[in-house]
Amino acid sequence: MAETVIQSSPDVLIDCNRVEQGDLRTEEMLVNMGPQHPATHGVLRVVLRTDGEMVLEAVPHLGYLHRCAEKIGESLQPFQFIPYTDRMDYLSGMNNNQAYAVAVERLCGIEVPPRAQALRVIFAELNRIASHLVTVGCFGLDMGAFTPFTWCFREREMVLDLLEAACGARLTYSHITVGGVRSDLPDGWVGRCREFLDFFGPKIVDYDNLLSFNHIFLKRTTNVGVVSLEDALAYGLTGVCLRASGIRWDLRKVRPYDGYEKYDFDIPIGQPGGDDRPEGVVVGDCWSRYFMRVLEMGQSVRIIRQALDQLEEGDIIAPKLRNLKLPDDEVYVEVENPRGQLGFYVRGDGTPIPYRVKARGPSFSNLSILGHVCRDVLIADLPAFIASIDIVMGEVDR
Amino acid sequence: MSWIENRVDDGVIMTTVDWAINWGRSNSLWPMTFGLACCAIEMMATGASRFDMDRFGAGAFRATPRQADLMIVAGTVTYKMAARLKRLYNQMPEPKYVMAMGACTVGGGPYFKYGYGIVKGVDLIVPVDVYVPGCPPRPESLLEGLMRLQDQIRHQSRAKRPVTKITETVQG
Amino acid sequence: MTPEEISKLLKSEFGEAIVEIVLDGGHPYVQVDVARWLEVAKFLRDDARLAFNFLRAVTSLDLVADGKLACVYDFDQLPTSNLTELPAGTCEFAVRVVIDAADPVIPSVAQLWPTANWHEREAFDLMGIRFSGHPDLRRILCPDDWVGHPLRKDYEFPLEYHGIPGTTECELTNPRH
Repeated sequence: MAETVIQSSPDVLIDCNRVEQGDLRTEEMLVNMGPQHPATHGVLRVVLRTDGEMVLEAVPHLGYLHRCAEKIGESLQPFQFIPYTDRMDYLSGMNNNQAYAVAVERLCGIEVPPRAQALRVIFAELNRIASHLVTVGCFGLDMGAFTPFTWCFREREMVLDLLEAACGARLTYSHITVGGVRSDLPDGWVGRCREFLDFFGPKIVDYDNLLSFNHIFLKRTTNVGVVSLEDALAYGLTGVCLRASGIRWDLRKVRPYDGYEKYDFDIPIGQPGGDDRPEGVVVGDCWSRYFMRVLEMGQSVRIIRQALDQLEEGDIIAPKLRNLKLPDDEVYVEVENPRGQLGFYVRGDGTPIPYRVKARGPSFSNLSILGHVCRDVLIADLPAFIASIDIVMGEVDR
Repeated sequence: MSWIENRVDDGVIMTTVDWAINWGRSNSLWPMTFGLACCAIEMMATGASRFDMDRFGAGAFRATPRQADLMIVAGTVTYKMAARLKRLYNQMPEPKYVMAMGACTVGGGPYFKYGYGIVKGVDLIVPVDVYVPGCPPRPESLLEGLMRLQDQIRHQSRAKRPVTKITETVQG
Repeated sequence: MTPEEISKLLKSEFGEAIVEIVLDGGHPYVQVDVARWLEVAKFLRDDARLAFNFLRAVTSLDLVADGKLACVYDFDQLPTSNLTELPAGTCEFAVRVVIDAADPVIPSVAQLWPTANWHEREAFDLMGIRFSGHPDLRRILCPDDWVGHPLRKDYEFPLEYHGIPGTTECELTNPRH
């Protein structure tokens, strides 16, 4: 639904003589895109100042899904707040659980057993695959391709089956908790997971054939919404959006947590068209951001394979976590979410309840560049850009 | 109905207007894509490959309320969104139905106690026909809710359902 | 550079403006006098030895025991050369600025790090800290006519908003703090 408000301009009546001289002026128009709009991925509202097909200015308005996560965080114990982190970035619940758990563990000095760390990595990477599948499918949907959406959701259901077998929920897991994970793997899970990886690894080529190198898709996304590295750093872009601008920066490599240093994987970065990328691709454009996700799914498969191989027997949760009191200290920890760096600032005051919890949502910072990039672009490029930065409004608004 | 037998040709089905209209309505519900939060992902999953809402005639998701007759409120409604929700509801043509999907829309859900900006149940804003509990509800639950709604529609009578117009008192 | 070296460098450059240096604990930071915060911020970004080109988050704090509010700025160094190599030896650092709760005004750093624009708007919205020199300081998450700043510890939950009741159990909605 687009509500249109025509701005009354003083010179509405166009002088006939000027029209004959070829001075065909158009009026500027304010178009309200959202908060209920299929291409804004949730309840984002963007007020566009348009001139014909051109967007002169795009001003995002947030807060339509502000769910008071930080107030809840300073009202509940860490164990109780874990389920709320699921609902912040609801496409990657495991990664959010992990972020908050790692933050509280650093604050309290809790050692996570090795088996729990490996399980965390497996779950987080499986969830990364599921999240990227939604992004890839919905990107196709926004560009007018329906088939990738059904394909991606078909494979996503397989990931969800695995996660459901392990923890009992499809979307909001609350499985990774402070000190470890909540329950051990069920019988035969490792075999099922390997079967899925064997099935899914070659599937990624299908997405490339169907969508990535599709001519129409390339026309819509290459050289559109280009974010330079300077802009990306200035606006605090993280994760895929930052790497697509051509910098090898991934917290899993730079500041490893939960034993990521044990695994061998590559960090794909944005590269100009030529060798292995199609012609016309520019570093930092929408296609680069899209393609990073396809490549990262392959890397996630690699990580899970290694983690399954190295999985050892042992405890799944650290001992003596009852009546956990947070020390009078503070900590700020970021982990690599599918969308970027999810940061938690946790401050304790000697009681079981944190004094302050602040969540730095990656989508929040990623979205802030929208007004800067979407100037003098076509209206049709705007959904491409919004889809490529892959916002989840639950995390933008928290 | 012996008086009517053999008076019309073969291949003609006689029924009541109510039954025919309700049959058509219940099997061609057009939902609006009104995904707000986490439940929207499950709503998408319900419309996608495995669960395929189209089997029940409710797969034609419309992006505009003017073409839709079922509003699946999928996700947390905040005060800021409440006025929009009411406006979208008023834009839908009659007959219209509302399904409250998920704990947040049923009654505030996990945000009941500490959520200062959360509407504690979407029925405070618009009348709700079916409540689907869960956080988020599984796609099977949503399909079950859809079937319960179809049951309701099948028992409707032309004369009874009043026109529901919500006055827009909420601003913002 | 390590946090010790950074804080030593800042102390030698700004002297009295560095009020406190906290290096033990999980989150090393220096506390900066609000009057010279903008200078320190410029130094942090532009000095070749520091080059904190990435602002990660702006966290607002309600230090209710002291009657103060605070802002914590978390910085990061991202490489701008050798982009395709894994960076080595980067450092995280944080700065805290404390102000009176009665008149909470902090100079805005949105001109230095554009990402601060939204983070400061969020701090203004939820904590009520005003940022002088901010290009567009208005509420970002709550509605424009919202009353109060929700993350203050003395915030009282609304029982009604434009005719929509807050909750059926009013006494439960009061925050614990």
